[in-house]
Amino acid sequence: MEKMPAWADVVLIPLISLILAAAISALVILFIGESPAEALNLMVTGALGSTYGWGYTLYYATNFIFTGLAVTVAFHARLFNIGGEGQAMIGGLGVAVACLYVPWPHWSLALVAACISGAVFGAAWAAIPAWLQAKRGSHIVITTIMFNFIAAAVLNYLLVNVMRPTGSMDPATERFAETIHLPTLHELLAPFSIAFSKAPPANVSFLVAILACVAVWALIWRTRLGYEIRAFGHTETGAVYAGISPVKIIVVTMLISGGLAGLMGINNVMGEAERLVLNATEGAGFIGIAVALMGRGHPAGVFLSAILFGFLYQGGAELALWTSIPRELIVVIQALVILFTGALDNMVRMPLQQVFAALRRKEST
Amino acid sequence: MTVFKSFLGATATLALTAGAALAEPAMIYDLGGKFDKSFNEAAFGGAQRWSEETGEEFYEIELQSEAQREQALRRFAERGANPIVMAGFAFADALGEVAPDYPDTKFVIIDMVVEEPNVRSVVFNEHEGSYLVGMLAAEASESGTVGFIGGMDIPLIRKFACGYAQGVKAVSPDAEIIANMTGTTPAAWNDPVKGSELTKAQISQGADVIYAAAGGTGVGVLQTAADEGILSIGVDSNQNYMHPGKVLTSMTKRVDNAVYDAFSEGADLEPGFVVMGLSNDGVGYAVDEHNEALITDDMTAAVEKASDDIASGAITVHDYTSDDSCPDLQF
Repeated sequence: MEKMPAWADVVLIPLISLILAAAISALVILFIGESPAEALNLMVTGALGSTYGWGYTLYYATNFIFTGLAVTVAFHARLFNIGGEGQAMIGGLGVAVACLYVPWPHWSLALVAACISGAVFGAAWAAIPAWLQAKRGSHIVITTIMFNFIAAAVLNYLLVNVMRPTGSMDPATERFAETIHLPTLHELLAPFSIAFSKAPPANVSFLVAILACVAVWALIWRTRLGYEIRAFGHTETGAVYAGISPVKIIVVTMLISGGLAGLMGINNVMGEAERLVLNATEGAGFIGIAVALMGRGHPAGVFLSAILFGFLYQGGAELALWTSIPRELIVVIQALVILFTGALDNMVRMPLQQVFAALRRKEST
Repeated sequence: MTVFKSFLGATATLALTAGAALAEPAMIYDLGGKFDKSFNEAAFGGAQRWSEETGEEFYEIELQSEAQREQALRRFAERGANPIVMAGFAFADALGEVAPDYPDTKFVIIDMVVEEPNVRSVVFNEHEGSYLVGMLAAEASESGTVGFIGGMDIPLIRKFACGYAQGVKAVSPDAEIIANMTGTTPAAWNDPVKGSELTKAQISQGADVIYAAAGGTGVGVLQTAADEGILSIGVDSNQNYMHPGKVLTSMTKRVDNAVYDAFSEGADLEPGFVVMGLSNDGVGYAVDEHNEALITDDMTAAVEKASDDIASGAITVHDYTSDDSCPDLQF
């Protein structure tokens, strides 16, 4: 198959997929008697039309960057890590432990500690499925998805029976100390006299997420380990012949993957809620899969598609606030985007490839 | 820089439109969703009743994520919605943050206490209502074993179970109480199949009256109890009609009244602490044409007496959430 130009692969295919998803969503909205144009307008102005909207969009995007990177790293070793949800949950627990039980003098120290603790907890949660896959051949998809349920149960047990302050109704920990409050984008940008809305929870974790993108890029394409991971992903037998240990690669890749998912805790637990609540991850682990698929295994792609999904989440919230479009339908719209960009990639890619092949033949004759 | 200017412009227009908006009330439903046949639906019912009577409209939103709690509160407050009513204890933390920023907006939170000068906290004495239906269950039971099926295992639901157990023990001290929770995640609020399985399991252990405090899961409990020929007890809304003659009674929790009152009082509502208990019909047990044959006069007399005694303080029903323990039931 002849190759398409890079710009078509990176820009055109996602764009066409998005337009298709938007068109079908518009039909659905029309069908329930609302105006698609108004809905689109609400979503765009609500998510991107103000610093307020951007703040929420970037907050959600930060979550999705971490989980998207987690899935991406595992993808490079041909491992399908469905357990981002559970790893992020347990990572959140790690963040909460670091924030609750140590009196940090300054947020920056707490952030470093929370990053380490969240990543270690997330990695530990991925370690068992990784070991089972490497040593026993238990399929990673099955084990990681099972571990999501175990994580939810563990968290529920801890929040209801151990970490909940006495007398409190809410199954959640107490609030973290005021000293370790992470600066929001409003506070970060204020010294540069840039006015950013105070309300949204987007915080310094967004910068950590960008750093994580760079780190993952460097890891995959600029280190020996990254080379081994990619080699193993392309062909396991070839990798073994080259002296790469499958057990080591599977375990190490999953530890990195779980660690990245666990890092999400600094955004949603430390940055937003400032305490650990039940169900804090809200499916971000699963969205991470769609983000990774759409990001084409590259951190830059993950970053962009995470922003897109952040937009969908925040735009969806605006729709829910100001229209009578039921929330189930908003999920349908989000699902359509996932379906077209993630699952139905070839539907757009194949015809496009033929178009480009035809164009090239014409040029050469 | 131009991009940035348009940001500022957009914020400015937003601020202008917010100031010009009318003071419509707003209703925020919790993650369980508006049509859960139980708690949120009761809140919706109250808002709906107000809307029909006055012909006015109200804002509403069903939340999709935790982060939206604070977001929805702020957005409604900025649009000038007043009062803003939220159904569920989980809003407490977000409300504590938001309420001081909008001193002119009145907030009403149900099932939790938030101490701010512009917040009304409405709590229900579910343990008292559960105590009464527990007494009825013990009276109606022939096997001496009654069941309780809760939704998600949280302190609030243990409060229901504990009040129920005390009511049962008050009538027959030797009665056995089987208590099960449906699950440990929010999915447990909407799992009628699991509710049905738990019902069958409790029946096989001898239970012949089962109280469901489980939101949408309770639909499965009531259905299976009716199919298997035993009695069930509904919760929150009056669910007697769902299986006439098979639902012993329902523990009503008048969330709808709390919402209706708040909407009716509008922006002038009194902040503070409101307890909806037996004395002001906030909780109770439902008797209507569907279950009156099941409730004998003796039962009514006993329960009415207990109700008066609780209201006067002669009987104290232990509240699980006060010390996280229950004298009559082990979890």
